[in-house]
Amino acid sequence: MELESAFHPASTPDYLPPVRMRELQLERLRAVVRRAYGNVPLFRERLNARGVRPEDIRELGDLRQLPFTTKADLRDTYPFGLFASPIEEVVRLHASSGTTGKPIVVAYTRQDLEVWTSVMVRALAACGLTHGDIVQNAYGYGLFTGGLGAHYGAESLGATVIPVSGGNTDRQIMVMKDFRVTAICCTPSYFIHLLERAGELGVNVRELPLRVGIFGAEPWTESMRRHIEIEGGIQAFDIYGLSEIIGPGVGVECSYHNGLHIFEDHFYPEIVDPETGGVLPDGEEGELVLTTLSKQAMPMIRYRTRDITSLAPEPCPCGRTVRRIGRIGRRSDDMIIIRGINVFPSQIEAALLAVEGTLPHYQIILTRQKGLDAIEVQVEITPELFSDKVGAMESLHGRLSYALEQTLGLRVEVTLAAARSIRRSEGKAQRVMDRRNLGEEGRHENPSTVALPRK
Amino acid sequence: MKIHQLSLFLENRPGQMAAPCKLLAGAGINIRTLTLADTERFGILRMIVSDWQRSRSLLEEAGYLVNVTEVVAVEVADTPGGLGELLEVFVDTEINIEYMYAFAFGPLGRAALIFRFNRPDAAIDRLREAGLNVLEEVEVYHRIAV
Repeated sequence: MELESAFHPASTPDYLPPVRMRELQLERLRAVVRRAYGNVPLFRERLNARGVRPEDIRELGDLRQLPFTTKADLRDTYPFGLFASPIEEVVRLHASSGTTGKPIVVAYTRQDLEVWTSVMVRALAACGLTHGDIVQNAYGYGLFTGGLGAHYGAESLGATVIPVSGGNTDRQIMVMKDFRVTAICCTPSYFIHLLERAGELGVNVRELPLRVGIFGAEPWTESMRRHIEIEGGIQAFDIYGLSEIIGPGVGVECSYHNGLHIFEDHFYPEIVDPETGGVLPDGEEGELVLTTLSKQAMPMIRYRTRDITSLAPEPCPCGRTVRRIGRIGRRSDDMIIIRGINVFPSQIEAALLAVEGTLPHYQIILTRQKGLDAIEVQVEITPELFSDKVGAMESLHGRLSYALEQTLGLRVEVTLAAARSIRRSEGKAQRVMDRRNLGEEGRHENPSTVALPRK
Repeated sequence: MKIHQLSLFLENRPGQMAAPCKLLAGAGINIRTLTLADTERFGILRMIVSDWQRSRSLLEEAGYLVNVTEVVAVEVADTPGGLGELLEVFVDTEINIEYMYAFAFGPLGRAALIFRFNRPDAAIDRLREAGLNVLEEVEVYHRIAV
């Protein structure tokens, strides 16, 4: 049944009998709640306000008595307010963009890094990678968790890691070809861009040894998967993660590609109604809420991911017993993910406001050009902004572009638009026009009917 | 003494210039002269019209953002060297020309120059001292209409 030829010992928890898994989860949940209560003032205050004590957690179902944690909590306690370990025990910090100018900071103890590496090993093993693979890690290295997360996982698996990081597409293609790369980690949109550029350079990726792609950090669709698998001659896997929980490695697809297995011995999943916060039964679609069961430096109790999905409790033909979530197609907030970078319209507003002190009417347009996501911000000219002098208008354009690029960390195409040219909506302003054709298909579509290219 | 010029912001796509021109024509307003400053991204249409107040209201009602700027119109002979001679007036002064445009008019071989100065009042004084004919709004309208 299993398409994978090798079993990695780190993957053992993937196959735990569910009864044993629940015991392990409860034991870890009780410990992490005690830890957060003892060390994180915000969490302690919230529990006290509800009259809940850590010892009230007697079964997994008691989790729903606990308050949610949100991205706003991370922002409000910036930078170190949610740490449950003294800084001497923190060995790594990462950061990702928050809803305003400030990033959110996440921390790891040595044990947290070990857990992270182990779940990444399990994720890569589920994608069929072994110590014999040559892995091109094209996720960005730096504050972003993608690069280092994939790096240590692949290295610990025993694979040969090429830490090429993101960007410099021509060099990526040279590396892929000359180093006989067998697996690549990057965002799906970047891989599509790589395929197109390879075509322009006369390199046929189908003929290269590359056989597996592990794609994450942004939503993608089944039609993108088909395109990638056919054009690249590879098997494409979806990997899920978020910095607040650990980074990449929260969940991954197996070779059956029918949902993502959550490594639930470390990350406990719940699906809640995004409006009421009530827990929904398995199979129903709602917001994914995750609790870190083993995190030391920064435990996250019932973290609202804003990702909309459902839990599939039935066993997977691959034999793993850890539960699966459906692929993420949409979010319950207005966060946009562009080339793996989180962008909030509120950041764009803050940047526009900073330029001239007034907030013009604006619209965000997302497109996909040659497989790469692009962001355009159309800014309506106001009487205060308009000048009869070309130089003044060019300079305004330059200031807007600079402010947006500095804030978002992305190249932004700024278009000055005529007054009243951007459509006004009746209720909540429709700030974002996503023309990338994401989520045009049902998330539960089973692509196993598509013939997978084999090498 | 100073002339009111209307400026419109135009997006860089077909049909953007025709619409305001048609709008003014429909109201019986004559565009005396115009210039289009274009960039890769947008255009600025600058116009001298026969009735700037009414034009402004009409354009604003139609949703345009209208910028009113005071510019200076000067009459010169439409012969070689006419412009060069005039520009001599501003050498070694603090007066800067932001932009200008010109058009020939009438049967007498005369031309009108429209200037956007950083310091229009000082510019007018200089021009007058040099004996140049700074045109009034009504003159611009009538001379061009000849």
